Amino acid sequence: MIHAYQLNGYNIILDCNSGSVHAVDEVAYDMIRLYENKSREEVTAEILAKYADREDVTEKEINEVFEDIEALRAAGRLYSTDRYENLAFDYKKRKTEIKALCLHIAHDCNMTCQYCFAGKGEYQGSKALMSFEVGKAALDFLIAHSGRRRNLEVDFFGGEPLLNFEVVKQIVAYAREIEKKYNKNFRFTLTTNGVLLTDEVMEFVNRECYNVVLSLDGRKETNDRMRKTLGGQGTYDRILPRFKKLADLRNQEGYYIRGTYTHYNTDFTNDIFDIADQGFKQLAMEPVVSDPSEPYALRPEDLPVLKEQYEILAKEMLRRDRVGNGFTFYHYMIDLSGGPCLYKRISGCGVGTEYMAVTPWGDLYPCHQFVGNEAFRLGDVFNGVQNTDLQDEFKLCNIYARKECKDCFAKMFCGGGCTANAYHATGSLTGIYEFGCELHRKRIECAIMVKAAEALDEQEALEAAEAQDVSAAPQDA
Amino acid sequence: MKRIVTINTRDLAKSVENGGCGECQTSCQSACKTSCGIVNQQCEQLKKEEE
Repeated sequence: MIHAYQLNGYNIILDCNSGSVHAVDEVAYDMIRLYENKSREEVTAEILAKYADREDVTEKEINEVFEDIEALRAAGRLYSTDRYENLAFDYKKRKTEIKALCLHIAHDCNMTCQYCFAGKGEYQGSKALMSFEVGKAALDFLIAHSGRRRNLEVDFFGGEPLLNFEVVKQIVAYAREIEKKYNKNFRFTLTTNGVLLTDEVMEFVNRECYNVVLSLDGRKETNDRMRKTLGGQGTYDRILPRFKKLADLRNQEGYYIRGTYTHYNTDFTNDIFDIADQGFKQLAMEPVVSDPSEPYALRPEDLPVLKEQYEILAKEMLRRDRVGNGFTFYHYMIDLSGGPCLYKRISGCGVGTEYMAVTPWGDLYPCHQFVGNEAFRLGDVFNGVQNTDLQDEFKLCNIYARKECKDCFAKMFCGGGCTANAYHATGSLTGIYEFGCELHRKRIECAIMVKAAEALDEQEALEAAEAQDVSAAPQDA
Repeated sequence: MKRIVTINTRDLAKSVENGGCGECQTSCQSACKTSCGIVNQQCEQLKKEEE
């Protein structure tokens, strides 16, 4: 299966099952699309007719392109088939090794963001802070069930985790104490709204956290409309200088400024550019996930605008990168040559199997988005997973469990999408959150285009340098 | 290839041979939390080779 598209002046062919990407001219673009369903003679006739006014499009040239197409096909880089379905189910049937926990360190918040899926931090329950005993038991549970996995990820999440900073410090100290003994490497992430980001916290975070996620929605008016203090004030002015300081202290690495966009700012690229103009280099911006009846919820009619925004973003990122002022955007961070292996791509995000969320009182849920829904309680950190039937359902979540994914060009890039979003949209763990898929497909197209453009820029620069070397070389007499 | 430039990508079929170690980052530990960024993670084995 191939996916052919044109974006920003580039003709891109994605070979969906091998992950190969080809940047082609318009003649090859047409030929590759026609080749699958038509004979060589038919393709040749169509191409000659379409490009009748082009001197460079001759039968000889067309035959050369055919040879290239056939060579790529033989190498498994074009029209490759999907032979991985059994692999996905077998892989996930294996004994589960848990490698990541999202610790809900505080079901409480010092802000009231309108769109919060955690219901102002309380997850449809009551306020609660995790005790050190629960945190310690969570780490013990993780180590006991992590098998051969060496890198263990723990995310301090909320609510606002810094409302319980002392316990965060205790948990990290405990992890550092035991990791060598068990030959593990803990990687911590802290997600914070920044209100309590003091110098002391920054020093701790920079020493201990692999990643920090800093919540900011962009322009002051965008941010302050949704992200308010308990007293109803905007938070932008208070938070921005702290985030700037932290990002600089981290040498602009190992963090994300993460925003959420809603129906109120469907021109969200202006928010991204505003954040970049503040000097931040690692950015993420997510579409709001909410009940469709909310006034800020994204609507089907927003889709064309949102898709256009992702194109604007990709083009502007390339422009800024070319003048030495680039930034990264999480969804465009696709490493085509060093990205994940096929197993990772086909087996899904690990919800309920490799990854779980822990409530302040120690209950286990498949992920943070299921917390608060008692039907999805898997067990607790003291007694382990007890609802194994439910866990088995999550083991089935992979790209082949969703019929809609079968013919989707993006399936090797999203692992079948977010199971929580699918469940909330359809009531089924193997459903599809179509709105999210539409946006993700667009992001994948843009991300691949950016990578192709960068690769072509590099190639062009290399060729120019070689040409210069040749012309500068002394000529033989 | 005059009209086709193949961008350097990981050979997914080949990645099955030594893949599946599970050491790469869980996508919700980066910046997702409400979507799925599986492909945005780096392969830990390839990262080690680079280092």
